[in-house]
Order: sequence, then C-alpha cells, then structure tokens
Amino acid sequence: MGTSSVEVRDLVKYHGATLAVDRCSFSIQPGEFFSLIGPSGSGKTTTLRLLAGFEQPDQGEILIEGCSMQHVAPNHRPVNLVFQNYALFPHLTVFKNVAFGLEMRRVAQSDVKSRVGAALEMVKLHDKPDRFPSQLSGGEQQRVALARALVNRPAVVLLDEPLGALDQQLRQDMRMELKAIQEQVGLTFICVTHHQEEALTMSDRVAVMNRGRILQIGSPRDIYESPGSMFVANFVGHSNQLTGRVDEVHAAVCRIHVPGLPRIVARYQANLPVPVGTPITLAIRPERLDLSRTPHESGFDNNVPARIEKAVYNGSDMHYWLRFSDQIIWTARVANARGDQKEFTAGESVYVGWNAYDGVALIQ
Amino acid sequence: MLLPLLLVLAMSFASRGLYGGVQWAFSLTNYTMLFDSLYLWIYGRSLLLAVATTAMCLLIGYPLAYFIARAPTRWQGVWLLLVIIPFWTNFLVRTYAWMFLLRTEGLLNTMLLNVGVIRTPVDILYTDWAVLIGLVYGYLPFMVLPLYAAIERLNRSVVEAAWDLYANGWSVFWRVVFPLTKPGVIAGCLLVFIPSVGAYITPDLLGGAKTMMVGNLIQHEYLVIRDWPFGSAISFVLMALVVLGVLAYIKRGGIFEDVKERR
Repeated sequence: MGTSSVEVRDLVKYHGATLAVDRCSFSIQPGEFFSLIGPSGSGKTTTLRLLAGFEQPDQGEILIEGCSMQHVAPNHRPVNLVFQNYALFPHLTVFKNVAFGLEMRRVAQSDVKSRVGAALEMVKLHDKPDRFPSQLSGGEQQRVALARALVNRPAVVLLDEPLGALDQQLRQDMRMELKAIQEQVGLTFICVTHHQEEALTMSDRVAVMNRGRILQIGSPRDIYESPGSMFVANFVGHSNQLTGRVDEVHAAVCRIHVPGLPRIVARYQANLPVPVGTPITLAIRPERLDLSRTPHESGFDNNVPARIEKAVYNGSDMHYWLRFSDQIIWTARVANARGDQKEFTAGESVYVGWNAYDGVALIQ
Repeated sequence: MLLPLLLVLAMSFASRGLYGGVQWAFSLTNYTMLFDSLYLWIYGRSLLLAVATTAMCLLIGYPLAYFIARAPTRWQGVWLLLVIIPFWTNFLVRTYAWMFLLRTEGLLNTMLLNVGVIRTPVDILYTDWAVLIGLVYGYLPFMVLPLYAAIERLNRSVVEAAWDLYANGWSVFWRVVFPLTKPGVIAGCLLVFIPSVGAYITPDLLGGAKTMMVGNLIQHEYLVIRDWPFGSAISFVLMALVVLGVLAYIKRGGIFEDVKERR
C-alpha cells in the first residue's frame, strides 16, 4: 500500500455566502486518470483551484504525496495546471514557454534542452520550438500547454476543461492522445470537464459533482451502469425514468408497482432498507431496451406494451419514442448493426423488453 | 502644424537685430554658439533631470498603477480620479503649493524638525531636488494612466501560470508581468520625458535663479535678451535631440518586437 497521490478530506470552500465546495473527500492513486464532472457551478473548478493552490480551503485538508498543502503557495506545490485558455506566455517562444518551469527551478541548461525536446516530441510539436503562441492553432497551443506542465514531472497534473475549446473532430483525436500520453508518462492526471462522454472514455475513475457535493465516485462503468442517484443517472448519458412504489425487495432485486403497467423489476443496490410503498424510480438506458412486435416469450424479466410515437433515423442507430401511458414516454435506441434489423414505424404497437439488471431502482 | 516649426527653423539661421528685431541674413553663428560649454552644460542637465524625472515616475507610478489595476473594479474609478484630480487645479497654484511645502519654514521642514530627524532646516527649495519633486508630481499621471491601461489588460491566467510554474514573486514580475506591460511603460516614459525636457515654469519657480534648464534658457533668450534667432536655434536643437533620442530608444527597445523576450 503506497501513499496515495492526492488525498482530499472534507474540503469546504465558500465564495462569499455561497458554498462552492461542500465537504468533498476523495483519494487518488499514483498514475490514475481521475475526472471531476458536473454541471457549471458544481464546484469542480473551485476544487481544482484549491488543489493548485490558487485558493485556500475554509475547512478540510489537501495532501499531495502525503504532505499537507495547508498554506502552501502554488509555486511550492508539486502540481502543474493546464489552463482552460492555455495561458501561454505570449512574449515567449514555444521552447521558452515549455522551459519556464525548469528555468524557475534552476535546472541546468543542458538538461533543460533535452527535457524540453522530449516533452515537445511527446506532444508532436518538436518542429516548432521557435514559434510564438499567436502563430499556433488552438490545438497546437493546447499541446504546448500540456508539454509545459508535463516537462516538470509533477506529482499531479491538473487539467481544466482540456478539450473545451477544440472542435468536435479534434476533440475526439486529442482525447485518445491525451490518454495515451498519460499512460506513457505515468503521472497522476486530474481532469475537470462538463463533457461526461470525454470523462468516461479517458478516466480510470470519475467523480460526479453537483452543487459542491460529490455524489458518486467510481469507474466509468460503475457510474454509467449503476448510478447511485437520479442526478447521476441523468447527467451521465440519457436515462429513461419510471416512478412507482416499492412492492418488494429481495436479493438486490426490487419489484416496482406502477399503476397501469405490469410489474417492473429492477436492480436495487443501495444499502438503505425500503419499506413497501416507498416511492422509487427506475432508471434505464435507451440502448438496453428490446423492441418486438409480439410479447417476448422468454428471456426478459420485463415486458411492457407501448406505442411508437416517433421513429428517427440517426445514422448508427434508430431512435424510437415509446408511449406507455399519458404521462410516460421513453426513448429507445436500437443499433442499425445489420441490414436485416427489423424497423418499426410510428403508430405501431410494440412490446418493450428488458431484464432486471438492465435498470436501476433509485430513491432519488 | 508644420508651419510654426519651419518658421522656427528658418529663424534659427538669422541673427538678432540691433533693437531685438530679426535680421534676416543667413548665418550659422547661432548654432556654433551653442557649442559653448555653458550651453552644453545646460542641455546636459536638462536631459539628466528629464531622465531622472522619468525614472522616478516609473518607480512610483508602476506600483501605483499595479495597485489600482488589481483593486476591486468598483474602486478603480475612484483611485484613477484621485490621480487625475490635481490636474483639475491650476498648474501655477500647484507649483506654488510645493514652494510652500518645501521652503525653509515650510511644512516639510517644520515636520522633520519637530520629529527630530534634523537639527536645522534642510534647503530643498531652489535646488535641483525641488525641481525634480515638482516635475515628478506634475507628470506622474502621465505615467500612471498608460501603465494602468497596460496592466489592466493583462491576462490573469498568464500570471497564475507563472506562479504555477514555480516562479517566485520577483520572477513573476520581471519575467512575465513587466515584459507584457512594456508598451504601457514605453508610452508612459515618452509622455513624461518629452515635456520634462522642455519644462520651464517648474524649474523657474522651484529652482530659482540657480537652476537654469533649457526651457528657461529658451524663454530667457526670447523674452529677456530678445534674441529670437538664438532662441530658435536652441529650441530646434532641443527638439532634434529629443526626436533622435526617442527614435534610438524605440529602435533599441524594440517597441514593435515587444512579443520577443530580450536576453
């Protein structure tokens, strides 16, 4: 058991009268790619700035590689931040930008040259050391900002919306590159983003924040497949909802009674006991639903009739809007994987099937 | 705009008439007269005083501008107003105020005597120091305003990035903040230096008869001796010196290459 790379305990930060960070705690292992996701105002950027040292917590503590960062200024922390707008020094060349941190720490000139060269090679900018930031594209500037942080080999690299300013295609490419670089250097990365898809593809673990609190920490799979609350279920990906009352809970399976529909069964993973009659909500992903013109004979725990209200072709898949009753509409996504996939049209009556483990029962 | 300049230039080649008029006969005597050590000395002192004024304005003005630029936004207007308000009062009145403060029985001396720092009153008025104080006070706003504009425009993240990359306070200032505010520094220096060189009211009142600067000399020639051609020559040489100096400074300082770091 080695020391964790970053340890945050009961962090609290007020911005004026607003509670920006509300008793957050987490622990990050060395070499981990950890993401903080959440909507604007959730406190994720504030948490990042607290880690970098640009703000001091009102309560709680931050430990980096076992050392307390209480009252430690940013320039004395083994941490480097890749800013959202890159914050490159406009009056310095690419080389000088990347070398800045090393020069501040009085690294020998020959070492500076080789280390900067290696860093620029890693971000594929070794051919432009004498350019100025104003002469680079957005993607290139972002890579310089990354190299400028990596070259110092800090204990933790912080990234503030690293792919925010890039266009869609570039963002997808950079996502893979960023992850590859992180694995190559083996440094701990903490990334803040409101793009949950990005966080899922790049991270080892993800923390979902809202209104200053951490709602759930887990692997991308855990967060997506087993959200612990409706907020997480809705924030990460799309989630169909169905609210009813608890009928029975047995062996992590919950039976939900929804008026007008057959009994629904879903996974129940929380530790809280729920008495019969408690309001509970089912959350299930659109891609988990199976559609059939006849009732599913076997195989699916849940079999609910519905009418297709809308069918939209979406390239890689079909989106169906399913109406169960006056109030309940779900979306289903069926992949257009094979040419002979049965397609449905608006107005058709279908049966929607899914298994208990496909959906999660949540108490809000 | 060019006409008065040309007139001065033309007149500098003429000579003084018997009763103070202008005798329009081309001669270079006015210019050769300038090479007398007396006049060279006056030019030198004026330039030195102007450089000193500029340097002091920069040393005082930069921290002041920095403080104002970093103050809460709603207070910035107030601070700037405080810097500009002296300009709303009459220049002469302000200069007389300094005379009042600096003379032997003045406020400054009385204060220092009472506190016990000095035994006898210090002679400040009617020395070069008084002139320096007067000039700095008068031209400080010209330094503060362009500096404030430059500092205020600084991208805060860039400064934070410097801190994040292990720089100490001094390095953050000297390696990042100062280079990025250089256009403001240059503008401020020019706005202070150029008028300071030709100042004559301030040296006249605060420096007394002992301090003669180029401005005083020119005024003297025009109004007292009434040798307009000679006065013109002095003026023209002064202007040429200033223009050349500024050009040289701009070229060396690389005002158009301010994105490059100088080593």
